[in-house]
Amino acid sequence: MDKTPEQINEDLLRPLDHASWRFYVALVILGSLVLAAFFAWGYQIYNGIGVSGLDRPVFWGFYITNFVFWIGISHAGTLISAILRVSNATWRRPVTRCAEAITVFALSIGAMFPLVHLGRPWLFFWLIPYPSERGIWPQFRSPLLWDFFAINTYLIGSVTFLLLPSFPDFALIRDRAKGWRRKIYAVASLGWRGTPKQWHRLEMAMRIMAVAIIPVAVSVHTIVSWDFAMAPVPGWHSTIFGPYFVAGAIFSGIAALIVAMAILRKLLHLEEYLTPLHFDNLGKLLLVMSLLWFYFVFAERLTTWYGNFPSEMAVFWVTQSGRFSKLFWTMVFCNFIIPAPILAIKNLRTKIGWTVVAAMPIIVGMWLERFLIIVPALSHKYLPYNYGTYKPTWVEITITVGTFAGMGLLYLLFSKVFPIISIWELKLGGQKKPETAPALASQKVAGEQP
Amino acid sequence: MKKPMEHKWGMVIDLDRCTGCEACVAACHAENNIATVGDDQAARGRAMHWIRVERYYEGNFPDIKVKYRPVPCQQCSDAPCEPVCPTYASYHNPEGLNAQIYNRCIGTRYCANACPYLVRFFNFLNPVWDKPLDLQFNPDVSVRSVGIMEKCTFCIQRIKTAEINAQVEKRPLKDGEFNPACVESCPTNAMVFGDLNDPESNVSRLSRSARGTKLLEELGTHPKVTYLKRDTWHNGQNA
Repeated sequence: MDKTPEQINEDLLRPLDHASWRFYVALVILGSLVLAAFFAWGYQIYNGIGVSGLDRPVFWGFYITNFVFWIGISHAGTLISAILRVSNATWRRPVTRCAEAITVFALSIGAMFPLVHLGRPWLFFWLIPYPSERGIWPQFRSPLLWDFFAINTYLIGSVTFLLLPSFPDFALIRDRAKGWRRKIYAVASLGWRGTPKQWHRLEMAMRIMAVAIIPVAVSVHTIVSWDFAMAPVPGWHSTIFGPYFVAGAIFSGIAALIVAMAILRKLLHLEEYLTPLHFDNLGKLLLVMSLLWFYFVFAERLTTWYGNFPSEMAVFWVTQSGRFSKLFWTMVFCNFIIPAPILAIKNLRTKIGWTVVAAMPIIVGMWLERFLIIVPALSHKYLPYNYGTYKPTWVEITITVGTFAGMGLLYLLFSKVFPIISIWELKLGGQKKPETAPALASQKVAGEQP
Repeated sequence: MKKPMEHKWGMVIDLDRCTGCEACVAACHAENNIATVGDDQAARGRAMHWIRVERYYEGNFPDIKVKYRPVPCQQCSDAPCEPVCPTYASYHNPEGLNAQIYNRCIGTRYCANACPYLVRFFNFLNPVWDKPLDLQFNPDVSVRSVGIMEKCTFCIQRIKTAEINAQVEKRPLKDGEFNPACVESCPTNAMVFGDLNDPESNVSRLSRSARGTKLLEELGTHPKVTYLKRDTWHNGQNA
């Protein structure tokens, strides 16, 4: 990168100062979709969960699908960013903040779904272990409680992970801004002045967080998978679910990151910052995950089929060739047959448009995967007399659409409040200092700031 | 050492005697204030019957045989529904019953997914009763609101009444002194209820029968309901 620090400031802080008419149009459209979703949720709370399409035996449907899907997307960020930081991959610099933001928003959206799905959502706080007049603790043997702790840990961890490297950038904005914005960023930057001591502490904290967040991220999706794997339901009760879900999560996360980066690149004119190199590298990761995903699905399907347990075969055939087969084969197309060849061919992978073409279907495919894990198994559970089916109503569809709009809305607002690329890290990269002497390099960066 | 249970309530259902009349289903509804939900909701798979009579057909019309199987909660000794509940709403009571504490239920519906027998029922909407059923509630059973899971209790209200009466009269409970509504209403005596801890009780005796099987026994849930399988008869001979 041959830009001067001043040009970098100018390019990356421009979205914070100016908003075009397109921003307001997007704000209104996404905002109304989110409001519609909240209306649908309110309607459901008022009338009861019966306004959804859930029934017996399919007690879990779209809501839990969305829950698993969004928690999966959230693995984009923190995990990828942490791995790239730990492995000192220098090309990561413009990518990390986009990714960390996806994590925080996807996780917030995902964490709402257990509440949306509760029969009596106003009593959700009974999951929190607190001394109460009822004299009982939550049931620590329940995977749902493990979930509650895992997700909260991950949410706190990823918010910290997003905010930590933002302080120097907040300070930069503070120093350039005037009036009320200056006051807000002064508070947000927590008194950052760029002293060597502060830089040292930031480096230390980032290194600890980058290492600590990896096991947290892995455990979160493992525990989400155990919501299913712990129950004696044919098609759920499988040891493969932990790694299968984690791989699927990272897979969908990278796909979401590629799509988000491509949109940001266009809208915020970041062509010189988010280059084909970044899409190429993420494309390689995506290819690996696509192959891994296919391996997991193949292994899971083959062992089920070969084992030939009657109750599992009922679920197997209904997804393979029965009522859910169209969705199943769409999933295979979206997750493997379309993206894998595109990403494997170097000439295509190095073109941003093609990487996006490979990534978009994966988002659809991974949503379908979550749906296909949950619904066919529940609808064909053991005694054939009780086989059932499931059809979502407008309530579930509105809420589902609302979450995608919500993701867009949060990201839109985020890009107006945070520099979407970590400015100080980018400048650090531009100085071509050896990675092993961050303190020295950092002092120089700090020195430049007005 | 774990203290042995004072009583261990169990049931035997003789499939040879069941005619599929569904008197048990009607009796259960009346006894336990179970909502009738209405046509529309029932068509969407939300009917609530704590005991149901499953029908399986063998052969092709007109040479068709129907098999009936009444299925209440199996009151598993190792119940998959219990550990998954995050709020202890689903728990094992001191007499071995899989109790559901309505007030604690927040409606995650995890228990219903974990249950292999699908004998847990969720109040998707506020309960309704077809008129005039709303005038005949049983005062001994609480009415459940929207968002709550409910299930067969082996008529715990009758168990408690009988136990209290026996305690007042300072005598042990007699076998067959009381029965759940389904057992009491069965015209062919296909169902027998009692204490499995008493080796001489009717239910203990029958559950040791060579015809005895457990529903989905291979799952290791150790149900306290035993089914006596149908014998095949040819020319009056047990084949």
